[in-house]
Order: sequence, then C-alpha cells, then structure tokens
Amino acid sequence: MNISDYRGVMVFAEQRSGVVQKIAHELLGVGRRIADTLGEPLMALLIGSKVTEAQAQDLIAQGADTVILADDPAFAVYMTEPYAKAMALAIETYKPGIVFTGATTIGRDLAPRVSARVKTGLTADCTGLEVEEETRNLLMTRPAFGGNIMATIICPEHRPQMSTVRPGVMRKLDRDNKRAGTIARLAVNIEAKDINVEILEVVVEKSTKKNIEEANVLVSGGRGLGTEENFKKLNNVAAELGGLVSASRAVVDAGWATQDRQVGQTGKTVRPDVYIACGISGMIQHIAGMEDSDFIVAINKNSGAPIFEYADLGIVTDVNKLVPALVEELRTIKAAS
Amino acid sequence: MNIVVCMKQVPDTTEVKIDPVTGTLIREGIPSIINPDDKSGLEAALGLKDEVGAKVTVLSMGPPQADVALREALAMGADEAVLLSDRAFGGADTWATSTTLAAALTKLGFDLIICGRQAIDGDTAQVGPQIAEHLGLPQVSYVSELQLAGDSVVVKRIFEDGYQRIKVRMPCLLTTLKDMNTPRYMSVAGIYDAYKKHIQLWGLADIVVDQANIGLKGSPTRVKKSFTKGTKSAGKVYEVDAKEGARIIVEALREKYVI
Repeated sequence: MNISDYRGVMVFAEQRSGVVQKIAHELLGVGRRIADTLGEPLMALLIGSKVTEAQAQDLIAQGADTVILADDPAFAVYMTEPYAKAMALAIETYKPGIVFTGATTIGRDLAPRVSARVKTGLTADCTGLEVEEETRNLLMTRPAFGGNIMATIICPEHRPQMSTVRPGVMRKLDRDNKRAGTIARLAVNIEAKDINVEILEVVVEKSTKKNIEEANVLVSGGRGLGTEENFKKLNNVAAELGGLVSASRAVVDAGWATQDRQVGQTGKTVRPDVYIACGISGMIQHIAGMEDSDFIVAINKNSGAPIFEYADLGIVTDVNKLVPALVEELRTIKAAS
Repeated sequence: MNIVVCMKQVPDTTEVKIDPVTGTLIREGIPSIINPDDKSGLEAALGLKDEVGAKVTVLSMGPPQADVALREALAMGADEAVLLSDRAFGGADTWATSTTLAAALTKLGFDLIICGRQAIDGDTAQVGPQIAEHLGLPQVSYVSELQLAGDSVVVKRIFEDGYQRIKVRMPCLLTTLKDMNTPRYMSVAGIYDAYKKHIQLWGLADIVVDQANIGLKGSPTRVKKSFTKGTKSAGKVYEVDAKEGARIIVEALREKYVI
C-alpha cells in the first residue's frame, strides 16, 4: 500500500428511516477541522434507499465538499453486509486517508467489518482527534479501561486511518446554505448473496421521553441522595430551570432512574450549559460523560469528593437540605422578576 | 451442533482505582473475571445445549493464566476449552487478534460462533465483527435474545431507538449483550469435572496463520501514549449551610444568564 495515494477525510453520514442522524453533523464538524488542517477535501458518504439531493445539499451546508450517494432498495433498513460492501467500495474508489463513523450501534457494527475487509486499523469510541504536525498522522484518543485511562492510538502504515467517534463529543458546524460542494453517485452492485440475513421485524420505539443529550440544563443525582424519594425531588429543581434530570450509574443500578438517564462511560456523554451534580462523588467513569459541560456545579457533603476537582462551583453541604432550599430560592427569584 | 464461544479474561474495571498521587492505575488486587458480555454469550450457548444438545467449546486468547476463565466456563458446563497463548500473539490490536482467533476457529470447526459484544477493558466491540469478516460469515451484533430455528437462529438485535428481529442461517457469528440473561453458577459437580477436563493450549505452531498478520507486528494500530486525565483547574468551593449554598448557586446561574 502506498499511503500517499490516500487523501481526504470521509465521514459516514448515518441515516435511520431516511433521516440523517445528528452524529453525521458532528462527524462533519470534526472532519472539517481535520481536513482543513491537512488541506484535503471532506467527503460524506450517505448510504440509503431513495436518498435525495436535498439531503446531500444539507450535508454540504454542514461542511462536506463532496457527498457520495449510494442509493439502493437494499439499503432501506440497516444490514451489515450491503452497507459494508458500499463503504468498502467507497473507500476503494475515493481512497480517503481518514474515515470517521459514529460509535453508534450501527457504526460499531459496520466499521470493524469494513476495517477487516480493507485491512486497516480501527480505533473505537474516539473522544479526541488531532493531526500530528510532523507526520500528518491522525492521533486518535479514546478512553480505555472503563474510562480510567486515556490512550492515543495511531495507524501509521495502513490507510485509511479509521475511527468510530463517540456521539455527543464533537461539535457540529453552524449551517451554511451558501457552502458549495459536489454530489457524486456510487453504484453498488448488491447481489442476492449479500442479503445474508432476513429481517423479520423492525421496531422503532418512539420515545416520548426527552433526551438528556439535548438538554441545556441537567440536574444529576448520585448515590449521595440516599433514597429514591430524595432523587425524585431533583425534578423540582429541573422544572424551575427548564432542564432535565440525569443520574449516575449507581442511581440507575438502584432502579431510581432508567438507563436512558445515565451519564458516564457506560451511559451517555452530555455537554449541557449547566450540569448540577447532586450527591455524586465523581468516579472517573462518571466524569468521562460530563466533564465537557460548560458550567459544573457540585453539591456533596464530603469535601474530599473527586467531583469538586471538576466543578466550577462547589458547595459542601447536605444535598438533601440544599435541594429544597434551591427550589425555594429559584421560586423567590421568579416571583420577584 | 458445534458452538464456539470466544471469551476474554479481563480485570474487573469497576474495581479499578487511580492512585491520587502518581495518577497511575492501581492494578494490584484487581480481580480477573470472564468478560460480562462473553459470559452471557456462554450462557446462551449452554441454554441451546440444554434445549437441543450441542457441543460448546470455549476459546480464549491470552496469557497462560487466562486458563482460570476457561476453567470457570468448563465448570459452568462447557465441553471443551482452548487457550491460544504464544509470545507471537502478544501486543495484538483487534485486527491481529481477530485474525488469530479466526485461524483457531477454522481449525476447531463451528456452526455458530458467539462473542461478547465488547470487553470491559477495551470497550471496542471490534473483534466479533472482524472475525466474521475474516471467516466470510454473516454477523449480527448487539444480540439480546436468541432462538434456534432449524438451520438458522432468530435473534433480537438492539439499536439505540428500538430493535430488529433477524433470522440468520448458520454458520454465522453473533455478539451478545450481558443483559440477555443471567449466567448460571458453577455447580459443585461442574467444578469437579472442570478439573478433570483438559484445557488445550495452542501456540503459533498449532494454527495456520501468516505471521505477518498477528501479534504486534501484524497490528495496524499502535498505542502512541496512554495517560490519566488531568483535572481541570478547580473552581470555587464553599463549605456553607444549605440556604447559603442555594443562594450562591442561584447567583452563579444568574451570572450565566441561565435564569
């Protein structure tokens, strides 16, 4: 392999039921930065059935120079082999130096399959992506050991350099409808043998619950609250601030909150404007999921709790007394304004 | 039916702590366990064995002491165990690991391969799909339910926003989630039997594999550095009563224009 033949950044623009996912925009955000650093083009690969030029234009507005459309009825619902065939063909055709895929339940199925096929390395769940100035290699940083340590991985002699990127970590660009770009079509020959699984049923659970990854304010509870009843009182604070309640793993394990509210290494990564940690000690696994929040408030009666090392504002006091006091204070302010 | 379950022995990362002074990982005294996703994969295989009869082989790659995990699998009811252990396999990334495991699987033969979705020390979820690619098998990952249907399996495949029910003909490879079942305990008879059973130790000479594709040399990726995350510059901390604490928070939120 002559690695100098490989140029540009390609991102997998994941769609579900024809809707391009937020992760695609996040990948375009980081992809744009890396492509500009290298002075190389940014490509978006959109695989689907009846994918449109309007969707391609949208990906251009989000940062892509070229959108590659792979359109086939076989791509209507995600299946490993047809998608892997399309992605491998796109890599073979366009020879990108870097390929980003979201670390979603689709991306984490597809990317390893493709990396094995094109014989290159893959770094999972990256949270940091930079270009090494000297070598122009991609530096891929990811949590390992349950989030206890960070590792920076390189793929020096194989191309493309592939990584899956953790959702919620990279910032998407502001939409620019004036951005110019090109649209290309990729013909993928899907044969009967490529449809090697039979999908019997597709169930999309339209969650009416709000997503903690979208919230501007999160009031997050930990084991230090002591009881489920105390945890439920966080709803009052969240209501006053127009935010949502999230939780540490201990709280989810105790059954006080559902899994979709869990912040941390095994839960979700969040970056709200304000994160209020109530009775959370700050295990490294939790920190990994919230440390990029703009403003972190920590309340814990133990002044030695690690959470205070990450907080912008820390209050050492009994959290179960502070919560009602905070609700009262917020209501007073609201009444006065 | 031949089922091979790929397992990894891992440190229990939920028990790992960081030395606050040196900022390094404290590895001493951390128990080694069968990776949770793999253990549920083994339970699923043993369930099929109970139901329809199957030979369950467990396969692991690791240092010689990984035989402890295999011994536990035998005590749970696995029929055979193979440990791939050789200096030549060391330092492998997921690409080289999956290449090595694929070579061993080819030698073993299989109708169904089950891997855990991901290991808790690496969290990559890559080895299963990569083995499937090396062997040219259909794969289904994120499996939370499994039933046999003639020469096929029907599985529930989990997504963030729902699930699919998928039928896939064997031979195939599945990656399983730890929530799919509660693994059985080792039985007393099982433990007794486990020590009578022989764990096959395979080295480089026992499998057919291109040496350029295994171990550190065969790994496309390299760890450039590893580090513990530094804390960001700590903010202000107040030791105050609840009422004063609430006032300070509200004041800060007003400064941030949140309220």
